[in-house]
Amino acid sequence: MASLDLSGFVHAAKDGRDEIDFAVQGVTCAACIGKIERAVKALPGAPDARLNFATRRLKVQWNSGAFDPAAVAAKLEPLGYYARPFDQGALDSDDAAEAKRLLRCLAVAGFAAMNVMLLSVSVWAGAASAIDPATRDLFHWISALIALPAAAFAGQPFFSSAFKALMARTTNMDVPISVGVVLALALSLVETIRGAEQVYFDGALMLMFFLLVGRALDQAMRRKTRAVAANMASLRAQQATLMKIDGTMVETPIAAIAPGDRVYVRPGERVPVDGRVGVGASAVDDSLITGETKGRSVAAGDGVYAGSINLSGALEVDVVAASAGTLLDEVERLLENALSTKSRYVRLADRVAAYYAPVVHLTALLTGIGWAIAGASLHDVFVIAISVLIVTCPCAIALAIPAVQVVVAGALLRSGVLLNRGDAIERLAEVDTVVFDKTGTLTLPELAFDGLGDIPPDLAKIAVRLAASSHHPLARALAKTGAPTPPFANAVEEPARGVRAMVKGEEARLGSLEFCGLDTPNDSGVDGLSRLAFRLGSRTAIFRLSQVLRADAPASVDWLRRRGYRVAILSGDNEAAVGEIARALGVEDAVGGLKPAQKVARLAALAQQGRKTLMVGDGLNDAPALAGAHVSMSPSSAADLAQNVADAVFMGDLLAPVCAALQASKRAVDAMRQNLVMAALYNAAAVPLAIFGHLTPIVAALAMSSSSLVVTVNALRLRNAAALDLASNGNVAATKRSAPLSSMKVAA
Amino acid sequence: MTSLLFLIPAALCLGGAGLLAFLWSLNTGQFDDMEGASMRVLADDDVEPPQ
Repeated sequence: MASLDLSGFVHAAKDGRDEIDFAVQGVTCAACIGKIERAVKALPGAPDARLNFATRRLKVQWNSGAFDPAAVAAKLEPLGYYARPFDQGALDSDDAAEAKRLLRCLAVAGFAAMNVMLLSVSVWAGAASAIDPATRDLFHWISALIALPAAAFAGQPFFSSAFKALMARTTNMDVPISVGVVLALALSLVETIRGAEQVYFDGALMLMFFLLVGRALDQAMRRKTRAVAANMASLRAQQATLMKIDGTMVETPIAAIAPGDRVYVRPGERVPVDGRVGVGASAVDDSLITGETKGRSVAAGDGVYAGSINLSGALEVDVVAASAGTLLDEVERLLENALSTKSRYVRLADRVAAYYAPVVHLTALLTGIGWAIAGASLHDVFVIAISVLIVTCPCAIALAIPAVQVVVAGALLRSGVLLNRGDAIERLAEVDTVVFDKTGTLTLPELAFDGLGDIPPDLAKIAVRLAASSHHPLARALAKTGAPTPPFANAVEEPARGVRAMVKGEEARLGSLEFCGLDTPNDSGVDGLSRLAFRLGSRTAIFRLSQVLRADAPASVDWLRRRGYRVAILSGDNEAAVGEIARALGVEDAVGGLKPAQKVARLAALAQQGRKTLMVGDGLNDAPALAGAHVSMSPSSAADLAQNVADAVFMGDLLAPVCAALQASKRAVDAMRQNLVMAALYNAAAVPLAIFGHLTPIVAALAMSSSSLVVTVNALRLRNAAALDLASNGNVAATKRSAPLSSMKVAA
Repeated sequence: MTSLLFLIPAALCLGGAGLLAFLWSLNTGQFDDMEGASMRVLADDDVEPPQ
């Protein structure tokens, strides 16, 4: 067995020890933390391990040379955790640094705002009870001493962003904020020097503090979504077996494979790269690429493609084209697709924000001029103009949609749904009809056995163990039904017939009916099931093979119907097979024997009735239907073409992510509307008050920052929007972290 | 009036101490895993089993 080469992921920790990060799947509860850390610490070399529960990442440190990190993944696998190395350095060091910078600014702004408020309240109280002007001036000077350095430090995120925008000859929402803060501070300093009664250090700091709270929250949710996407990308990343020049084999991440290398592909493995067969002969399953499920036989010199599955013999493949993407690219791709700005609401918000910034400056300027003409003092003109500038800043409108999108994309990723298009959320929310394909969508893409229980357990056990020696698809399916057992050492496979071995002096055979000497006219196969025969000495058994429903298909269909969705099945399979599945699920509207064009026609008919259809399908034959439906989803086992056409892809062996996507989208669109309404109401109420001089800078600061906070917090409510309990009637399950990732583990 | 001379510095020092404490906890990574921390408090594996 080749060992896993993780040296590319090991980096030096701060204290000079070696360190590696893993993305871990299957972490669901508090007990997992101790279980994982204890298991890793018990490994030879005594590494240190710490699991970050929030990001599901495991950090392992050890003294250089004393430990092989590959042992971690091997140790965790039998415990039910799937760990893959994770290149942390490249991914989120920038994010983490930005988060710390924001929190540091937030802390300084908070400290300064509190202390300045303390002094301001004293001055306000003193104004009522005839404060000594000398004391008042002292308080103002102390305020200035706190506020000016604090603002210079804590305002950096705004100032630098505003500066960048101005340099690029555009404006963004940091420009009015920066101008407002700087004007308020400058005005206050002048007033302090003059020994005036009113200063506005408190308002400027308060504004900064609350805006920083909003910004830190916004950044934290973006970081979280990125972290989930990065885990997803690592866990999906494939390993390849690289053959070195001396013939030894090393497991290497695909990203490290270059053209000219030679990789080894065992029977049953996925071909990791495009290449040409160097040595070996086999059959490959190209179903992911061409949709053709019948194996294609290949020999030396034939081309094989990334994504094909090697069915029978071991192949040595000379790499022609390496895999294109690195982990970083994959993360960016996942997020870019999900957050792409095609959506109607995003376009609206962008347009408003773009027009709004110049309007804000103009309004403030005109208000100031208006008051000057009306004969107000210079001080009042400045104060009112600053208030207008602060109050009208379009933060809430600019945040209303993107904040929701980021949170929902993260929630969906956590339940195993990848969005291919950003506007899928809006279209999913409008859906009222869900159309399923049958094969590979309602049923699992793998084969499964029927009536295993009818076969004597001792016989079945030997058959399963014998099946592990074979690479035949039917045998592989049978081998999967039992616990992993070592294969019989002397097993011999006869191509196209079966596999045999000597078991305790008796010959055991597994394969076709005639291979096992069975001739059973009373089992002629009219039920359409495939058969696998087994003989041990004189005892025989027949395994029947069928497709099985996804485990939660009945519950999911039931959930959809209870929510008022119309459910239909459109399949290319024969009517009898479709009818059976439809009965099992209680779906009345099921049609079989459809050609791709007929599926599209049926969807068009539904659209004409005014129905918005979600098409869920996986095969190549579904691709036109997926493209034609209002919105579409594909399982991750689907043909690549179908996955590319679909608006969203869901992972794992369950259908629950489809329901989760529908639920989360509805809530997301609701939240987007609420946010837009809140932002609009705020502006309608606050702007006239500011223009007519009824708001002081501190009230303006509070009003403006609270409006953007409300919008952000409303988006954060959707953190668990995709968590659902299929059995529940209405309320979303209280369980915060649903099980989809652990269900993915099964597929992994 | 004289009381202000030590009360204001005292208030600022206390606030500053809070600020420094927060910055310290931030730099030592105590906000890196908010969810895990709430669960680790229940783990008792830092207690050495009696030999």
